[in-house]
Amino acid sequence: MDTPILEMKSITKEFPGVKALDEVTFSVKKGEIHCLVGENGAGKSTLMKVLSGVHPYGSYSGEIYVEGELQKFNGIRDSERAGIAIIYQELALIPELSVYENIFLGNELTDGMVINANETIKQSIDILEKVGLRVNPETKIRDLGVGKQQLVEIAKALKKQVKILILDEPTAALNENDSDNLLKLILELKKQGVTSILISHKLREVLAIADTVTVLRDGKTICTLDASDGQLTEAVLIRNMVGRSIDNVFPKRKAHNIGKEALRLENWGAYSPSLGRDVLKDVNLNVHDGEIVGIAGLMGSGRTELAKSIFGNPDEYRLSGKIFVNGHEAKFSNPRDAIDARLAYVTEDRKRNGLILIQDVKQNITLANLEELTRVGVIDENEEIVVANRSKEDLNIKTPSIEQFLRNLSGGNQQKVSLAKWLFVKPGVMILDEPTRGIDVGAKYEIYTVMNALVEQGMSIIMISSELPEVLGMSDRVYVMSAGRIKGELSASEATQEKIMELAVDY
Amino acid sequence: MTEERITPGKSKKSSALLELLRKNISQYFMFIALIGIMVIFTITTKGVFISSRNISNLLNQMGYIAVLAVGMTLVIIIRHIDLSVGYLAGFLGAFSAIALTFWGWPVYAVLPVVLILGVISGLLTSTPIAKLGVPAFVSTMAAGLIFRGALLLVTMGTGTIIIRDRLYNAIGNGFIPDLKLFVLPGNRHFLTLLIGLIFIILYIVNAVKSRNKKLSYKFDVLSPPLFVMQLVLVSVIIGYIAWTLSGYNGISWSLVIVLLVVGIFQFITTKTPLGRHIYAVGGNPEAAELSGISVSKITYIVFGAMGLLSALSGIMYASRLHSATTTAGLGFETDAIAAAFVGGVSAAGGVGTITGSIVGALVMMSLTSGMNLMGIDISLQYIVRGAVLVLAVVVDRATRKNR
Repeated sequence: MDTPILEMKSITKEFPGVKALDEVTFSVKKGEIHCLVGENGAGKSTLMKVLSGVHPYGSYSGEIYVEGELQKFNGIRDSERAGIAIIYQELALIPELSVYENIFLGNELTDGMVINANETIKQSIDILEKVGLRVNPETKIRDLGVGKQQLVEIAKALKKQVKILILDEPTAALNENDSDNLLKLILELKKQGVTSILISHKLREVLAIADTVTVLRDGKTICTLDASDGQLTEAVLIRNMVGRSIDNVFPKRKAHNIGKEALRLENWGAYSPSLGRDVLKDVNLNVHDGEIVGIAGLMGSGRTELAKSIFGNPDEYRLSGKIFVNGHEAKFSNPRDAIDARLAYVTEDRKRNGLILIQDVKQNITLANLEELTRVGVIDENEEIVVANRSKEDLNIKTPSIEQFLRNLSGGNQQKVSLAKWLFVKPGVMILDEPTRGIDVGAKYEIYTVMNALVEQGMSIIMISSELPEVLGMSDRVYVMSAGRIKGELSASEATQEKIMELAVDY
Repeated sequence: MTEERITPGKSKKSSALLELLRKNISQYFMFIALIGIMVIFTITTKGVFISSRNISNLLNQMGYIAVLAVGMTLVIIIRHIDLSVGYLAGFLGAFSAIALTFWGWPVYAVLPVVLILGVISGLLTSTPIAKLGVPAFVSTMAAGLIFRGALLLVTMGTGTIIIRDRLYNAIGNGFIPDLKLFVLPGNRHFLTLLIGLIFIILYIVNAVKSRNKKLSYKFDVLSPPLFVMQLVLVSVIIGYIAWTLSGYNGISWSLVIVLLVVGIFQFITTKTPLGRHIYAVGGNPEAAELSGISVSKITYIVFGAMGLLSALSGIMYASRLHSATTTAGLGFETDAIAAAFVGGVSAAGGVGTITGSIVGALVMMSLTSGMNLMGIDISLQYIVRGAVLVLAVVVDRATRKNR
């Protein structure tokens, strides 16, 4: 047998109070696609940070071998020199620079002291060819979609003669089309001899492309499975990831009545002055008490714009059409008005515009409804603790204390805090924008359970989601959006992945 | 109901104190550093530094910077900066001098008008920031230039304007009257001691009340011995300050103003929804906006408060000098910003406290005072203060990482 291209032996990494990695062993064969799966907090990212030198040699115990040689990385530069490149979820490109400038950032081609732009562009074209990205290299990064930006990141890694390419949740922010393209590219790179390590929550993807899968749980290696022997299934992976088998990804919902109309949009439209175009046009939709309405569509189809335009229009679109809450026409000039009308909006990107990471759990939970805790102008901090502790228990938020800063919580628990925050405003209609993005199976199940409990109590939920199984598994009705319009409405019984996709790609 | 304790902190009682220490380490660090600096200067000046007279002077001198530091703290918390405060203070100080001496306005008319002018200036300065997203750096620098021009304009004909109004001059130089009930040994200021005692009693009553309230919720509290230790420590500090001040004229009006400003702003930032909203806007403006908080409204409020405090600072400074000069306000903004950063405010926004910035102001002012007493040349003083500023920020960053 060949020496593995990468071997990590007995890696143990401790943070104050937590053992993030416990004697982890991880071995990757040359030229394979190796997937690393595990719940949030299982230690995947920490392991990759150890590998890429973010956690330098000496801060962990254990040994790393690349092609049989012991490595002592003191930073990302060292690991890059050894041929390891890591592409994070949050892309590390500079928006104001062009594609070719980004690819060659830090390795500029020069004639003496001056950058040789022509030569750089020429070489960029070759590299872009390899990743199948057909754009003008002089395009600025900010003018590209997320999917294409991801390809530029990979191109940048290829430029550095990468041997091991690590992708951390590369498809989390991509729509199905872009995801497929990316996976194809990884397979293509495999043919060219690049070894890839892929971290992903999307098990279907993992099953589609992996040669080998390693499962981490609670900082330990649980098993390494070979895809070629036919034993690898979603159920096997889930069982190993959670240490228990989840029979049903979606909890059963009790039969309940769907009540009167809670929210309705009539000929709703939005024009974005900054983009200079309509982001929404002729949108007609409604949601009833006790109903979950799914909104499906590809990235850029206008779903988040729809949510924001309803929720007090913070992006200042020029709106047209009418909005009715409980049968009465309403007008919201800012999010406060929407909250006062008992609307809530759990944002798509909790880190960017959902939560305050440098504040603690309790302050985040109470932020949107401080009035309720205020007595004669003063916040009752004792009541606040009671409220936060109740939320912590109701939603099973895993945190040592409600005074923990949000940034120290895992993605799933942050999302639960986000839910707790908006439940505290006691909404009638809740808009959930990608409620389970980037969180693990266990936490997903818990969030679905909470959603079911809420609609049973009569709340209305509008759920925007890019994950079709989620849309199908949770919704009573589905609207499909494309290019800022509603392309179709499907009842739960008639909706299938194929039908939704057909409508979603209908421009 | 179960008897289970709801624990906001760690469940073990003994670690509650450690947790508290760990969380506030940067603030405690500056406080300890302040005491260290005071001890060093006391030794190098053979006790002159810690004398009643010098401490009293030090507190009076820092008044006009301290109130600016309070406002600057809020401005930096919401991720902005205000470079106009020095010249605004200078201009409004000159305005008050003109109103008093040339227009013959009574002092009780001048003060509110100047304070309102301060608020209006702050609101005008922040309009491009709040409405159009112009960087505060640019907008306030422009405003600073305009205020500087305005200051030169109004003092052009006269140069320095001497202020003869006694009431006005008392703001920066006067002391609270004494109750001459009886004569204390060493001619100590009785009312100052009495106020110190009242503060101690209020503090203890409040602390016990809040502890009982927490107990009624079954929350974790400090264990009795630790709690008593805390009470004694704070009481000793208050008592010592009152004792020291009573040895030299007692509490000054400057100090009264600073304490009021600090008290009000500390209350607003820690106890009210407005305070929470300010920290939320600093912590994540987009999340705050979507939580129903108007970021532009908070921006106006914070800059309005900054304008008010600039006006107050200008009055205190002009009063202290008995005059308005053409260079008044020069560099105040640097001192206020430095005090805030030394006190642990983060330029990234959302982090910082009023009390921290006051400790920061005290550190910077102690350095000046101590080095003056030691006869250290001004050139070296600047270098030392710069070094302390950068050191404080470095330590702050290092301790913050561990949280």
